[in-house]
Amino acid sequence: MVKVTVDGIVVDVPNGSSALQACEAAGKEIPRFCFHERLSVAGNCRMCLVQVVRAPKPVASCGFPVAEGMEILTDTEIVRKARRAVMEFLLINHPLDCPICDQGGECDLQDQAFGYGADHSRYQEAKRAVKDKYLGPLVKTVMTRCIQCTRCIRFATEIAGVPELGAVSRGENMEVTNYVEKALTSELSGNLIDICPVGALTSKPYAFTARPWELKRTDSIDVSDAVGTNISLQVRGSAVLRAVPRVNDAVNEEWLADKGRFSVDGLKHRRLDRPWVRVHGKLQAVSWQDAFVAIGRRLDGVPGDRIGAIAGDLCDAESMLALKDLMVALGSPNIDCRQDGADYDLSQRAYYTFGTTIAGIEDADALLVVGSIPRQEAPVLNARIRKRFLAAGRGGFPIGLIGTPTADPTYSADVLGEGPDVLAALRDGTHPFAATLKAAKKPMIIVGHGALTRPDARAILASAWALAVETGAIGAGWNGFNVLHRAASRVAGLDLGLVPGKGGRSAAGMMSGGVDVLWLLGADEFHTAQIGPKTFVIYQGHHGDAAAARADVILPGAAYAEKSGTYVNTEGRVQRSFRAVMPPGDAREDWRILRAFSEVVGHTLPYDTVEVLRERLATVNPVFRVIGGLDAVDAAALPGPSDGGAVLPAPFRPVFDDYYQTDPICRASPTMGECSRIYVHPRTVAAE
Amino acid sequence: MLQDKDRIFTNLYGQNDWRLAGARQRGDWDGTAEILARGRDAIVNEMKGSGLRGRGGAGFPTGVKWSFMPKNSDGRPHYLVINGDESEPGTCKDREILRHEPHKLIESALIASFAMGAHAAYIYIRGEFFNEARHLQIAIDEAYAAGLIGKNAAGSGWDFDFYIHRGAGAYICGEETALLESLEGKKGQPRMKPPFPAAMGLYGCPTTVNNVESIAVSSTILRRGGAWFSALGRPNNAGTKLMAISGHVNTPCVFEEELGVPLKEIIEKHGGGVRGGWDNLLAVIPGGCSVPVLPASVCETVLMDYDSLRAERSGLGTACMIVMDKSTDIIKAIARFSQFFKHESCGQCTPCREGTGWMMRVMNRMVEGRAEIEEIDMLEQVTRQVEGHTICALGDAAAWPIQGLIRHFRPVMEERIQSYKAAHGGGRITQVPPGAPVGIPVAAE
Repeated sequence: MVKVTVDGIVVDVPNGSSALQACEAAGKEIPRFCFHERLSVAGNCRMCLVQVVRAPKPVASCGFPVAEGMEILTDTEIVRKARRAVMEFLLINHPLDCPICDQGGECDLQDQAFGYGADHSRYQEAKRAVKDKYLGPLVKTVMTRCIQCTRCIRFATEIAGVPELGAVSRGENMEVTNYVEKALTSELSGNLIDICPVGALTSKPYAFTARPWELKRTDSIDVSDAVGTNISLQVRGSAVLRAVPRVNDAVNEEWLADKGRFSVDGLKHRRLDRPWVRVHGKLQAVSWQDAFVAIGRRLDGVPGDRIGAIAGDLCDAESMLALKDLMVALGSPNIDCRQDGADYDLSQRAYYTFGTTIAGIEDADALLVVGSIPRQEAPVLNARIRKRFLAAGRGGFPIGLIGTPTADPTYSADVLGEGPDVLAALRDGTHPFAATLKAAKKPMIIVGHGALTRPDARAILASAWALAVETGAIGAGWNGFNVLHRAASRVAGLDLGLVPGKGGRSAAGMMSGGVDVLWLLGADEFHTAQIGPKTFVIYQGHHGDAAAARADVILPGAAYAEKSGTYVNTEGRVQRSFRAVMPPGDAREDWRILRAFSEVVGHTLPYDTVEVLRERLATVNPVFRVIGGLDAVDAAALPGPSDGGAVLPAPFRPVFDDYYQTDPICRASPTMGECSRIYVHPRTVAAE
Repeated sequence: MLQDKDRIFTNLYGQNDWRLAGARQRGDWDGTAEILARGRDAIVNEMKGSGLRGRGGAGFPTGVKWSFMPKNSDGRPHYLVINGDESEPGTCKDREILRHEPHKLIESALIASFAMGAHAAYIYIRGEFFNEARHLQIAIDEAYAAGLIGKNAAGSGWDFDFYIHRGAGAYICGEETALLESLEGKKGQPRMKPPFPAAMGLYGCPTTVNNVESIAVSSTILRRGGAWFSALGRPNNAGTKLMAISGHVNTPCVFEEELGVPLKEIIEKHGGGVRGGWDNLLAVIPGGCSVPVLPASVCETVLMDYDSLRAERSGLGTACMIVMDKSTDIIKAIARFSQFFKHESCGQCTPCREGTGWMMRVMNRMVEGRAEIEEIDMLEQVTRQVEGHTICALGDAAAWPIQGLIRHFRPVMEERIQSYKAAHGGGRITQVPPGAPVGIPVAAE
């Protein structure tokens, strides 16, 4: 620790801290534009100038290392003058079009101009204008507003791992550009909007929609993947206008994947806002009462084992538990939360969660990815892998992939092979990467759903666990065994036991005629043609997607923004979201629908309020008692998942082809549709 | 005045053979191994004792700079980088070394590299110096062939390699950290300091960046002794220096001269006097375009060395003076410098990126007189706002010529404004000239 005096306040800061950090430790706010805690230091905006006693001129505090006994002055005439000077320079070529700028109200330049700006301009010459750049369907540019802080360049290069942005020309003519007119190929591009301190990079879909002071902010959880990114839903009236990330260093730092950020416009489209019942082959709008009666009649006389339920990927834990309780009450063992046909060993939580934890990736020193494409399945988690990769330096974090990567993983990784045979080769040591894993002190293995949705999932899981034990990935104080989920609801579903009971049928079994009545709770990720023609389908959900079209009764539920829900991310971290808006029309929160229906069929579920239901959650599985935290698991003491037989030779397949079209919300989102068109089907775009 | 026996660059004008044989005749590569045998510390101390100050412009003591290099390597290699990106307008001294005394440079580079524990030296040569780079490459090849560099260089037991890197013509790449960035293959933009290059320089390794001349004189200093060098010149301004005179003199030239000689004497002796006689002198810019201008009255008495010029609020810079007689439009001359700095600003940090363009535009109006009297003060303030607030010294260099102009020639500027008003009508209508093109320049074009 180093003792530093800031404006007379003595603070202790760690060795190697910057003067800016010391000033913050002393409670002094230092204005800045280019400096960002999670990016490298550029020191180019010169707004954070402070005076260091005995230094000949003001220093940029963001990049100036502290030394023992250093005295920093942050509020002297020299400092104020310097900052006013920098502000004046920033403003001479800035368009001052705040009234038509989307950054207005949340603009660093605007805010700091209040402190350091002059009341008039001394600049009499013509202002600079810069041509706008095309960065794709998500990020809008007004480059004349750019103050050349280079945060976006550093974000794209360092965090997103797509070095597609840069600065060309020099001096006044320097401009930030992507060199060629091509959409940014990153799943994290939306974060450019957040880190841009001015209105140069703003959200294209959100352009001219609202002002920040009109918005009501509600804490929520992103459900577009299983990372559990903490988000804030920003609402005006009854519409969710945008989603922005909240800081949570354990999960998402301050990043949010594009799907979670930009699919919110899907909440306004294709919504189910009233119950429907199919009469003579045609869906008819009915009242709740009639819908319930129709289901009740159909259920009459159907034995419990001919009834089934499948929970989808976006469900909250509360509604899944209510669904399970209802099925149990109806005497059905047929329930499943794994519509993709994945298989896990549920005897221990460590067998189906991300044991290293997301933050723990930063301690790992080798990585093996089995049947997963983290860049698409969990972009924010992938950024953490890249962060570790960069921090470890050359060769410090060797990464091996088993499977066929469909895109640049954003870090250098060796593709070890395509199928599970590599796993065997790693175990018997014939593959050279085995030595790398063994030499590492904290290796980690990520098993994805490219491996777990196969018939031999159990065998691969057991084999991966065994490899982890053999290479020291599971040992004292270190759990390097990870399952990377891609469905936001999955871990909660497994924690609550939404898997077939004794003699029960799995999702595939239920669909292929195994049940007469099938209750789909937001389950959409399969071909509806798989469902037997005689099966009576109840679809409870929020979007009129394929499954709703197949349904005999539609019960309009609430999307994640419209209910307070509990979600468990891939690490097993229990997190809670809050209701940002009311569900549209007659739609209701899902657990209330199930509770109301249970009364119709005479099996009233024993909870009237969400608090009681949450108490029941905690009773079923105590992990739901702790919100936000994670308990350490001693994986070394576990026997390992049970072996499921032979491994098949087939190569691992990606779990989806189109990152932008993976759930009903993003399929309803015009923005995601546009992204899919541009990024995933570029040939059709080129043909236009 | 410098005597011939004390001259370091004896083939400055290239009358003699610049190749190895000629260089050997002039004493280069004589006993190089013995110099290295004195050891690192002895060499650095000798250099410190010689009082040699950096010849690139900033004037930092060279021996002290060498001593900043870590004594023992922590596993990282050390590098010597020689700054041959001589791009300062009016400056043309390193070029003469590169083309006429390349062996002096290579030998000195070997000694300097040894003194800082470096096995490799890079020279970053300005891209326009084509023949100079060619000469140097031939000299390097000769030295390799003669065993003077390479493995066991000159029989000293020290391994040494010397590489040429040619720049692409950006002035900012003459700034030491921008030079390192460029050498690494990146956009030439200065780095933040600290860390200084001696701790983290080229490829993150300890590096010393020295001007061509600072390096090239060191072999002679070590051969003849630091005491000999420090006996020349004035205290704290020791030794000889390559200087140049350009502009309105009768015989513009590059020459070697002792520091501390009166400026007037230099102009009379080497420059053959000001065009039209001394009384026709308007001003002198003593050291490349980035130091403030000196009016004729100061030129009368000032000595050519670091401290004397500093006392006159100018600087020695590269010691390549630009002489202007009374036919010069001094405002236009300085405005041209402003255009240069605006063009060469790297654009990385705010004050320089925005300030150089602002200064240039106001200066361009000042040339016509299309401005207000108060704008002179505003311009002065703008230069103060740039100066000292930037990452590198280019901001200072852009500010100083204008400050010098306002300091010494304010009446000329005011008179220009008054006469413009007289010709075009008074009042505050003078900002846009009649018939000026309307429109905003688009940066991308």
